[in-house]
Formats: sequence, structure tokens, C-alpha cells
Amino acid sequence: MTGARDFEIVGTLANLPTSATGPRHLVWWGNIGFMVIEGTGFALAAAVYLYLMTQTHVWPPKGDVLPGLLWSAIFTVGLLLSEIPNIWVLRCARAKNLAGVRWGTFAMGVIALLLLVPRGFEFAHLGVSWHQDAYGSVIWLLLVLHTVHVVTDWGDTVVLGAWLFTHEVGDDQFADVEDNSNYWTFVVLCWLPVYALIYWAPRAL
Amino acid sequence: MTPDRSLIEQLNGTWRDPPGVWGFLTTVDHKRIAARYIVTAILLMFLAGMLALDMRWQLSVPENTRMTPQLFNESFSLHGSTMLFLVSVPLMEAMAFWLVPLMLGARNMAFPRLGAFSFWLYFGGVLTLWIAHAIDVTPDLGWFEYPPLSGPAYSPGHRADIWAQMITFTEVAALAASVNVAATILKMRPPGMTLARMPVFLWAMLIASIMTIFSMPAIMLVTSMLISDRLVSTHFFSVAAGGDAVLFQHLFWFFGHPEVYLIFIPGTGFVSSIVETFSRRQLFGHSVLVLAILSIGALAFGLWVHHMFAVGLPRLGNDFYTAASMAIAVPAGLQIFCWLASIWAGRTWFPTPMLWVLGFLATFVIGGLSGLMTASAALDLQLTDTYFIVAHLHYVLVGGAMFPLFGAFCYWYPKATGRLMSELWGKVAFGLIVGGFNLGFFPMHILGLMGMPRRVYTYSPGMGWETLNQVATAGSAIAVLGGLVFVANALWSYWRGEPSGADPWGGSTLEWASASPPPAWNLAFTPVVASLTPMWNGGGALSVMDGISVGKREVLVTSVTGAGPLYRQKSAAPSVWPLLAALAVSAMFLGSIFTPWAIPIGTLPIAAALIGWFWPNRPRAKIGPLKAMP
Repeated sequence: MTGARDFEIVGTLANLPTSATGPRHLVWWGNIGFMVIEGTGFALAAAVYLYLMTQTHVWPPKGDVLPGLLWSAIFTVGLLLSEIPNIWVLRCARAKNLAGVRWGTFAMGVIALLLLVPRGFEFAHLGVSWHQDAYGSVIWLLLVLHTVHVVTDWGDTVVLGAWLFTHEVGDDQFADVEDNSNYWTFVVLCWLPVYALIYWAPRAL
Repeated sequence: MTPDRSLIEQLNGTWRDPPGVWGFLTTVDHKRIAARYIVTAILLMFLAGMLALDMRWQLSVPENTRMTPQLFNESFSLHGSTMLFLVSVPLMEAMAFWLVPLMLGARNMAFPRLGAFSFWLYFGGVLTLWIAHAIDVTPDLGWFEYPPLSGPAYSPGHRADIWAQMITFTEVAALAASVNVAATILKMRPPGMTLARMPVFLWAMLIASIMTIFSMPAIMLVTSMLISDRLVSTHFFSVAAGGDAVLFQHLFWFFGHPEVYLIFIPGTGFVSSIVETFSRRQLFGHSVLVLAILSIGALAFGLWVHHMFAVGLPRLGNDFYTAASMAIAVPAGLQIFCWLASIWAGRTWFPTPMLWVLGFLATFVIGGLSGLMTASAALDLQLTDTYFIVAHLHYVLVGGAMFPLFGAFCYWYPKATGRLMSELWGKVAFGLIVGGFNLGFFPMHILGLMGMPRRVYTYSPGMGWETLNQVATAGSAIAVLGGLVFVANALWSYWRGEPSGADPWGGSTLEWASASPPPAWNLAFTPVVASLTPMWNGGGALSVMDGISVGKREVLVTSVTGAGPLYRQKSAAPSVWPLLAALAVSAMFLGSIFTPWAIPIGTLPIAAALIGWFWPNRPRAKIGPLKAMP
């Protein structure tokens, strides 16, 4: 069971802490890794939209109704406003404010759920079905892709929030809340170019 | 000093897997996970080799009737899809899983359960493709399944769906593995192993992982779009409804070209490790090698259109991609000169792993030169879809990645098993494989120049192709025989090989500091690194630190650039949840071949499995005022 060499102990790591926050934490990097994967997915889906747009003279194709602006605006404003409590939760996590992360995470779960209401109406007001033509297919692709992210983060937030109430909370749990907040910010930032493509690109041309 | 018995017993107790089948299903030991990846991929390589031999048999004489056109289509599709998606990439990930923690002196990967999940999901992809083959639902449109041929109009049934979902399996597994490898290398290096002191192997694995992260979403997206065209009648690739078939090719090759390099780049890591050890000197031009790998990684994303020269894209675009494709020869050439200089300037000896390096250098250079030829759009228009391309792609993939892999297998075999492989039979296998490969594939260049198209199940007599095809078939048979000798040598040596000791080659990097085979906990202490070649310190004691827990699973987390110790991180214990999560994901992927409802319904068991996976093992909150743990 011994290796090739003798060892000489030159120091100890026993005094190191057993947790960290932000980029010092290992899981923060895993979270970033998955954001990069999904961000690349968003970028490529946007490239698909732009590619298909450039392959046709009329965009959207003749006869397709433009997507409705009301519910998407409500969703977008709501999503942007959700960053205020989200950043507050992030700060609570960094400050290790237990009540703040518990109730803040609970609130973020409620907010994400509420945002799914205008999102549902957005689908109903896209003006075209996914199987009508390639334009319809790609705007459904973009909206479904983003909705999957909202739903995933909602699920993550609800489970995390429940455990914050039912189990003891240590440094690693504060780091989890921080990662969850960062992920929500990622979901918000990804929406802005997707929103511009779905709702404004057809109107700009 | 050496670790005393009580310390070793304590570490064994902490890191031991449960016994028996339960331990097999729940292990998160990076070495066990990597080993099952390797065994699975080697079995698949054998099956893919048999398919290749069968195709060569069919082509050995004109108008042969061994295969029908349909069986030939299925054979090359299954061969290509297996080798690219189920063998090459997973084997490189497996080598990273096995070696990265050992080379860092770490006790496990950054995310041990994610590693187990990657394997189980990959295995789901293997079963999907090969069980489908067993029940005669074999994909039959090549390894890239272009629409419109793969669309709903021309490919009824589920052959194309099986191919597309097999990709989803393996790519999710590969993406998870890449995040794991990248996080481990960036955050778990031992104290003193700054980025500047990181061995080329680790750079290669880091860059390959980052390339995977940026390239594989493209294939996930495009195969999902194909499935959606087939399942719910979207129109991404149907021209009549405003879609575009060439879009598929762009997305496929935006992944497909980097894929070639993310197979090749780990190979450069293997070669660098082997050359350094056997030339008994620090690699010549370490920084040049690292920068060359970085530039190959970056340039690989700017070349994909050279797979599409014949599509009819604008000429200016073709010119740009010709230039970019040729540019990659510069860093590739720099690497080769660095290895040659190390071999030349060192006190080099040539056991089997080094022979594989020589085989790699010769074969890869030929493949690189034929790549320069096909990089020219004008010449490529003549060569594309001929046997010249079959020759080129096998020279770069087998020569550039498989030969280094075989060398790596021989090099690290003693570390994994504690025994040496037979040098004699190793050399026999090397001679048969490299000789047979060149005999098999070199004539294909000439066949291609003579106009023989690829993917034809037979040809007419009188074309002048018979002799070269027979030579190619003989060469392939010799290479397969060599492969059998290689595997037989590995199996025989596993039980009868000479004991190797911990460091039979006098290796330069930290994996050689652990016992052979390494125990579940790898190294008893955390190494402290002061050079690029930490094992070459004149034979003195290795500087280490203690303090990482021996009573519970714990790893050291360090800073990204300077590898300064930051904190001690709890490391996950064995768990069945990664397996259950992979089963739930597999059920959803397979169900979605038949109905879109599989996606929302399948989400529920996945969510349940993930909740089980992350279920807190800390104490319940007390009733009363809520307080944080100290």
C-alpha cells in the first residue's frame, strides 16, 4: 500500500476551513461549467434563428401572425424585477443571514412560479404553431429552451428552500443559495437576447 | 517516512466501497468508474473492428455477395457511430477520470457522483445503439445522418431516432464528465502546482474538456431538432416549409470538427507523458507544447466548413476555411518538433510505449499531410466522398489518437494493475497493428485518387481497384490480429505479468508516487510540488502535507492559478442515486423516441432521483428559534 518514495511532511492543511464562498468554492465552478454549456446552447439556438432568417426574403413568412407583445412584456418586466429579490438573497447568503436565505429562497420560488403564468400566455400568443413552418419551429425552440430553464430553476429553488427550513444550515448551504442565485441571474440574462429575437427581430425587418 | 499501518487502515476504512454487487452499483471511485468505461469501450472497439473486417471482406473482390447494400449501410453507420461516439471520446474521458486525480495527488474527482452518473448514462447510450442493432433497428445513414435523408419523409421507422438519441445519451454524459475534469484540474491541484507547473497531460485534458463544453451543445441541439422534425413535425430541415438542410451540416460540423481535436488533444497529453519519461528529460519546449494545444483548441472551432466544401457555399467562405485549415498545421508541427527534440536530446530508450509514440509520429504526419491536401477546397472537390477521405480520417484518428492511446495503455498498465505487460508480445502487437494499419489504409489513398467512392457496397470488375482492395483487406485483417494479441497480452499479464512495483519506468509525474495498483484513497498525504517533474527530485523524499481528514472523505481545494490551499471539501460517499438518475434519464430519452409526452412525464422520475441524490445528510432543524450551524 505504500508508494515509490518516502514522504517528508513539510506542513499541515488541518487548519484550513471546511467551506468557502464564491469562486473559492468548488461547486461554484461546476455551476459555471453548466452555465457555459447551456449558454452555448442558447447562443447556437439564436444562431439557428438568424441563419433561418437570412435564408428567406420575408420574415416571418407571409401569413404568419407576429407574436403578441403584451404577455412577453409582462414576463420580461417581471423577470427583470425578480433580480431585485434575487440579488438580495445572494447578499443574505454571503452575509450568512439564515432567515434571509430561508424566506428569500421561498419568495424566489413563488416569484418563478408566478412568472410561469405570463409565460404560459406567451406560448398562446406566439401567433404561429411549431409545425406551421420553420419560423414557427425556431421561435418555439427558443421559447421552450428558455422555459425549461425557468422551470428547472424553479424546481431547484423549491427543493433548496424546503431543505433550508427542514434541515440545519451551514456554510455549504449558504454557498448553495449563492449558486442558485447566480443561476437565476443567468436565466434572466439569457432571456434578453432571446426576447429580442422572438419579439423584435420579426418587427425590425 | 512512510505512512504507518494504522493510518492506512483508517484510510481504507474511510474510502472503501461496500462489498459485492452493491459496491459495484454505488461506487464513486474514479478508478473503478474509469476502468468500466475502458472495458466497455474496448469491447465496443472489438465489435466495431469486426464490422470493419466484414466490410473489407465484402470489398475484397468486385460484385461480392457477402453483404446486401442495406447491411453494408448499417455496418459502416454502426462502425462510425460506435467508434466516434462510444469509443474515442469516452476512452479519452476515461483516461482523464483515471489519471487526473492521481496526477494531482488528489483522493477523487471534484464531483464523484457526477462521474458515476456519466458512466451509467454513457452505458445507456451503448445499450440503446447495440440492443437496437440486435433487434434489427440499426441506423443506416452514416455517422452523421444528414437530412433530408434522415428526415421523416425518407427515413420512416426508428433507425434515425436510435442514432439521434444515442447521441443525446453520450453527449450529456460527456458534458458532465468534462465539467468534472475541468473543475478537478482547475481547483484541486496540489499546493505548488501553479498553472506554469502543470504537466502537459493535464493541460491537454483541461483544454479537451473545455472544447467539449463549447462544442457538444451543437450536436445536442441539432439531433434534438432532427428528432423534433421527426416526432412533432417541426420544419427545421424541410426546405418546403422554410427550413434548411445545410443548417444541419453547419451545426453537426461545428461540433464534428472540434470532436476530431478533442480526441487528438488527449493523445498529445499521452505522448507528452510517455516522451518525457522515456527520454529521461523534461519535455523540450513545455510552454510551446501548451500554447500549441491551446491554439489547436481555438482554431478547431474555425474549421468546420472544410467538411462542407462540396455543398456549394460562397467561394470566399471556402477560401477562408482553406486558410484556417492549413493554419492548424503550424501548432501541430510545433508539437511534433518539440517531441522529436526531447527524444533527440534525451537519454531515450524504447520500450513498447515509446514504440507507439514512434508509430503515432509517422502515421499522424502522413494523416496531417493528406489533411493539408484536403484542406484545399479545389482539391477537396475532387477527393471528397472518395476512399482518399477514408484513408485520411483513419490516419488522423487511428494514428493521431488510437496509437497514443495504445501507448498510454501500455505505459500506465503497471500503475493500474501492479504488473508489467509482456514486452515481447507488446512489440509483436505493435508491429502487427501499425504494419497492418498502414497496409490496410495507405492503398485507400490511391483507390481514392483512382476514383473509388466511399460508402459503396461493391464495385464492377475492370475498374482496376481489385488488387489494392485486396491489399487493404489483408492489412485490416493483420491489424485486427494485432489487436487480439494486444488484448491477450493485457489479459495474460493481468494474472501472470511480472510485478511492476510502484514506479517501473521512473516516471516524472505524481501518479507514480502512489502504490500500484493505487488504493481507493490514492496518496496518504497531499504532495507539495516545486517543479514540472515532481518525481524527479534526485530520489529524495517527496515533500507532502498532512491535515486532510483520514476519518471522513475529504479533498483539498486550491486556487485556480497559484494552487494555494483554500479549504477542505467534503467528498461524496458511494451512492445508488447516480445510477437511478441515469435510469430515469434513459427512460425519458428512450420514451421520447416514441412520444413527446415522455418528456414532461419522464421529468418526474428524474426530479425524484435528483432529490434523492442531493438529499441532505445533515441534522434536521430544531423546533424553536432558527439558528445557523456554527
